[in-house]
Amino acid sequence: MSFDYPDDLKYMDSHEYVRLDGDIATVGISAFAIDQLGDIVFIELPEIGDSLTQGEVMGNIESVKAVEDIYAPLTGTVLECNDTMVDAPEQLATDPYGEGWLLKIKVGETTDLSHGISAADYRAQVEGT
Amino acid sequence: MTPDSRPTPLSGQHAQLQAKMMNFGGWDMPVQYQGITAEHHSVRQSAGMFDISHMGKFLLAGPDLRAQLQLLVPSDLSQLVPGQAKYSVFLNPQAGILDDLIFYFDGYADSGIEQGKLIVNAATTSKDKAWLLEHLDPEDIGFEDVSTEKVLIAVQGPRAIATLQTLTPTDLKAIRPYRHQGGLLFDQAAWFARTGYTGEDGFEVMVDPKIGQQLWQALLDQDVVPCGLGARDTLRLEAGMALYGQDITDSTTPYEAGLGWLVNLDKGKFIGSEALQAQQEQGPERQLVGLQMQGRHIARHDYPVLAEGQEIGIITSGTFSPTLGKAIALAYVPSPLAELGQELAVLIRGKPKLPRWSNLPFIVVPNLEKLRDNRHC
Repeated sequence: MSFDYPDDLKYMDSHEYVRLDGDIATVGISAFAIDQLGDIVFIELPEIGDSLTQGEVMGNIESVKAVEDIYAPLTGTVLECNDTMVDAPEQLATDPYGEGWLLKIKVGETTDLSHGISAADYRAQVEGT
Repeated sequence: MTPDSRPTPLSGQHAQLQAKMMNFGGWDMPVQYQGITAEHHSVRQSAGMFDISHMGKFLLAGPDLRAQLQLLVPSDLSQLVPGQAKYSVFLNPQAGILDDLIFYFDGYADSGIEQGKLIVNAATTSKDKAWLLEHLDPEDIGFEDVSTEKVLIAVQGPRAIATLQTLTPTDLKAIRPYRHQGGLLFDQAAWFARTGYTGEDGFEVMVDPKIGQQLWQALLDQDVVPCGLGARDTLRLEAGMALYGQDITDSTTPYEAGLGWLVNLDKGKFIGSEALQAQQEQGPERQLVGLQMQGRHIARHDYPVLAEGQEIGIITSGTFSPTLGKAIALAYVPSPLAELGQELAVLIRGKPKLPRWSNLPFIVVPNLEKLRDNRHC
């Protein structure tokens, strides 16, 4: 099965994606990871105003069959949580890069996303050969 | 294919349906096709089918087959009539459960030789085989392991029997719950057992691989939904059925696991009978109970259970129940706490989350009580 990986995003080894727009980062979970988890029943996210540290656990996502941690892809402060997805996590798979965003994070002006992976490299990594 | 695992004869069917696969008990098995929740609902509301060819399948025959098997299980097999099945367990001398199983008593061949089948778990097949060969008298008992030679398909749900009936001249309605019978499928030999692991009515059908592939396709053509191990787990857990290796192991006894109903201490000695006798007199120190989480967190296998801040037990199985829309779990807790209905907490990623006590099974499955009643026979 093949999934979309928009080119304007950076991806983490732990399957979060980041869309960086100035000092606002929109964070979600890649379509591949959502498919792997299967039916999602619960998402736990940090709260507005929480400080996040890159690489640390900031929440988790639970499906019928497994639970996975969600890692902060960047250091910053939570600006917004997508309550629609928290209330109806089963909808996450429908549009993971659009309506299915999870957090908006305020990051520093000089934020570096060099640890992120390009869409092509991420696709190669998860779909393999 | 997952490494180091054996494909079932239906692996081509699973690939065609783009199933997600995993290694389970040494077999390459489908976890899910369209998704666990949808598959689960199809079994509760209509009909689903499972490739369970990974299960261990033994054919046994001998003049005193049941008398010899009696020594290995706590249930009384002597009362079984031909065509009857019995759910039971193998025990070690401490009454720890070595495996759970269904014994299907076929009846008598020529000259009164008893015949039967044993269906056991995939991961324990070789261990069970060694156990049986060690304890059954090889002079008297014929033993054949057909685990890798036969296809076993479970067809389960309110529409299962009517759909399966369109494919066979064998009168399926005449086979009552926990009964079984040989019959025909596509003019070939087939074996129909009215048993299952979902809490729904239905059959488990054992056939040769080619017939199995034909049966799978014929059921698909009638919109029977292919279901993987994921849905099998949520269905059996809702129905309060134990999973070997999690809820029952060699360090849990039938009394602890809520399986006292399959123990018959009056039938004579068997492996584990003395330990069971002692436990029956004293009562088990801990017992398997049902919990339903109040929030949306799922209590999963191996999560600690707390009472007044102290760890007092462990979750053995936990999942999200698609039928209830709630997280459900089985846990071992000390018997006094269970009897008092003491307030508990489950430690989920470092935080205590509150469950409420639940009766078992978690859901009302009309057929289940009927099945349990029958299993007492």
